[in-house]
Amino acid sequence: MLRREGLSKLTGRERYVDDLPLEDFLWGATVRSPSPRGRIAEIRFGGGVDWAEFVVVDHTDIPGRNAVYLMEYDQPALAPGYVRHVHEPVLLLAHPSRETLRRAIPEVEVVVDPDPPILDFRVVPGPEQIQYGSDNVLKRLEIKKGDVERALAEAPFVVEGVYETGAQEHVYLETQGMLAYLDGDVLVLHGSMQCPYYIVKALVPALDRPEELIRVIQAPTGGGFGGKEEFPSTLALHAALLALKSGKTVKVIYDRVEDMVATTKRHPARIRHRTGLDENGRLLAQDIEVILDGGAYVTLTPVVLSRAIIHAAGPYDCEHVRILGRAMFTNMVPFGAFRGFGNPQAHFAIERHMDVIAHRMGIDAIELRRINLIREGGTTATGQVIRDGVDRQAVLSRALELANFEKRRREHWVRNSEHRYLRRGIGAAMVYHGAGFTGSGEVVLASRLHVQGHPDGRVEVLAANIEMGQGTITIFTQIVADRLGYDPDDIVVAEPDTHRVPDSGPTVGSRTVMVVGRLLEVACDDLRRRTGLGAEARGAEVREAIVAWHIEHPEESLLGKARYEPPPGIEWDDEKYRGDAYGTFAWATQVADVEVDLRTYQVRVLDFVSVQEVGKVLNETLARGQIQGGVAQGVSWALLEECVWRDGAMENGQLTNYIIPTTCDLPPIRVEFMEVPYEFGAQGAKGIGELPLVGAAPAVLNAVAAATGREPAEIPLTPERLMVLLASDETRGGPE
Amino acid sequence: MSQRKTAGQGAAAEVLRISFTLNGVPATLEAPPSERLLDTLRYRLGLPGTKEGCAEGECGACTVLLDGLPVDSCLVPVYQVRGRRVETIEALDPADMAHYHARGTTQCGACTPGVVVTASWIVRHPELLETHSIRDLMAGNLCRCTGYDGIIEGVEDELEERGGTAGPGMHRS
Repeated sequence: MLRREGLSKLTGRERYVDDLPLEDFLWGATVRSPSPRGRIAEIRFGGGVDWAEFVVVDHTDIPGRNAVYLMEYDQPALAPGYVRHVHEPVLLLAHPSRETLRRAIPEVEVVVDPDPPILDFRVVPGPEQIQYGSDNVLKRLEIKKGDVERALAEAPFVVEGVYETGAQEHVYLETQGMLAYLDGDVLVLHGSMQCPYYIVKALVPALDRPEELIRVIQAPTGGGFGGKEEFPSTLALHAALLALKSGKTVKVIYDRVEDMVATTKRHPARIRHRTGLDENGRLLAQDIEVILDGGAYVTLTPVVLSRAIIHAAGPYDCEHVRILGRAMFTNMVPFGAFRGFGNPQAHFAIERHMDVIAHRMGIDAIELRRINLIREGGTTATGQVIRDGVDRQAVLSRALELANFEKRRREHWVRNSEHRYLRRGIGAAMVYHGAGFTGSGEVVLASRLHVQGHPDGRVEVLAANIEMGQGTITIFTQIVADRLGYDPDDIVVAEPDTHRVPDSGPTVGSRTVMVVGRLLEVACDDLRRRTGLGAEARGAEVREAIVAWHIEHPEESLLGKARYEPPPGIEWDDEKYRGDAYGTFAWATQVADVEVDLRTYQVRVLDFVSVQEVGKVLNETLARGQIQGGVAQGVSWALLEECVWRDGAMENGQLTNYIIPTTCDLPPIRVEFMEVPYEFGAQGAKGIGELPLVGAAPAVLNAVAAATGREPAEIPLTPERLMVLLASDETRGGPE
Repeated sequence: MSQRKTAGQGAAAEVLRISFTLNGVPATLEAPPSERLLDTLRYRLGLPGTKEGCAEGECGACTVLLDGLPVDSCLVPVYQVRGRRVETIEALDPADMAHYHARGTTQCGACTPGVVVTASWIVRHPELLETHSIRDLMAGNLCRCTGYDGIIEGVEDELEERGGTAGPGMHRS
């Protein structure tokens, strides 16, 4: 099935939040902190501006609790006299003219009496830098399996490595945007977002307003990648405060620079591995430490840390594992959700480390993976038994075959010995990703979904999950069409509107098809049952029964309902961090073939292969697009995307110098699927959207290692970093 | 951030009468001469299909055709279009979108109008493929969703249907 809103997008008719026609409205804007930490001594309103024309909102205008609530109440909606990061929101302004507003913003001077900030999450903070608890640790988590100290002491080989990853900006092409207005007593928020109910959850305590008087509607959303998971709650709160104070419709649209410097990014990470092995390369012990930069507020950091440590040992079976995770408070812009949610950092480290181990021990890196890859009945670091019928060795083999791995490797050896300045290399990564919320997360969410049968026989999906390019509308249509034997034209997917749709959970974590899609199937079954039909009824029979039901029940609505139930046998201990962290995992092997130019230190990706086990492909074009787009983001995280920081501020907050790839910076991305249906996913599907980003960076860096004989351990591997690495005398051990 | 100066914010709001051809139809309007063509189209003429992505000529989301050539409308002060032809996404025939639709050229849709406008220029000028690859010609349009394969393949198919050759360098590898 073709993307349902595809033509609307291709012809420019899709109306995003900034495209909606509005009359008599105000533009809203944010005045931000110039400083990473300190007391606001004074706010000066400059001369030359008629401030009486402006609506001005500060923290004293907040009717309820001054916080953007999601997990904690620590992040103020507007700084209450103290700031903890550069660009922290301090004041809001609104004016009918966008130009007048733009000119006014720099005329507001926020004077900060500075306190010493902590800007590097890797160093131990001094006493004057402590701002969270007694040690600035936002969250500490631990996984223990077996006896790692003893196993390491007894291991014949121990290999250590430290790996670092940088912040990454989402660069959704549509910047953040929100409208707020009053419809009678109901406050309406309409904008670009992934999680309408997160906004409700944040607005209720901050505005001290009952949930019934808050209505959140998602507008078509021009990309999210996690960047529109929690951040839009802040924006919605700001727009709401301006609308409540002015009594008018308020529109806030960030320009690209504001969007890049002031919103969340991927957590920077430092991950240390100490790995014990026997002579054959069998993993005996994995001692792992994961440190994340949390930034100035908690946001979703504890859950990102959780996903990072759960995946940190990689898709391998090892008897003795210890993973210590901690997320540090810093006076940086808060870091938040980004596609992969901690797992890309985790896999960059373990998958780069596997190649380092192989080189040190003189073992083939692929063979090292084959020896240790989780087998059917094997266990993960949390003790989850993997028994899903997936042939992981075959996933690996197929990717190597498609990439022509052995042949290319031999060709590269010959070519590299002959060429003056070009060095080629090929590298692989084996990765896995648990879809849906971690641990008991889905149980806590308790997602609900409805399917409504209308009097004319049409069926409408009522869910809070949104379309942001990944294909929700199309896939939901397909699932109903398949389940009820319906013509897609008779299926409507409702606009996510919290006054119409139940809370089916956030649109994150690769959960929409697997978890929510399954609920949709259950709701379809329930709808059919309520019309008096059996489970085999399809198509016209269902349609007629819906029409007949309405004739018998005038003025009533016919709803098929579903509520999340965990798959049987899933057990998770949140205290000990043991058990089934996810309902299931999906698996992938990714292979990168690169060329390094020793004159310019540029790395060009010549070929990329991604073989992904996805349970079941529901729509090949959409699934392929998810994988190609995820790979692209992973490759560019590895090579191009660097946030340049100065005193806690992002210096390169524009697309001129924060580089994302063009058509010429990427090769065709070759995709192949493997399908082993998952019993508890819609039509057997597993989550798909995050995994392709997870292995791209280590695959690319393993290829660079093969090309250069060095061991890069930090991304982004910009030409500058590569130059420094190649200038060092250190070559890796072991034969090439 | 928002402090950045943008075209069209001169203190004296001088207004100029500007006539040009918009999507094949004569148009006349009064606007500050340095207003960005992007804003004129979106907020003055009610054509919001053209998107703002970066406001500095990097992303191509605001691409329109000016006298038949793709330009970033965020970098064009509106006075420059006097007497010229401007074509926006709204002028393109929905019937020409089938290959893009089938190939997954669009995902979130924010870059899409710019991508499709550039693509329309390429397929109208297959001779460009004698010296450039599709990848070269599309390099001015950033997309964050697709990894570009869905875009490149859509253009290839559209060219093929129109009988053009996709040239020697369809993929750069």
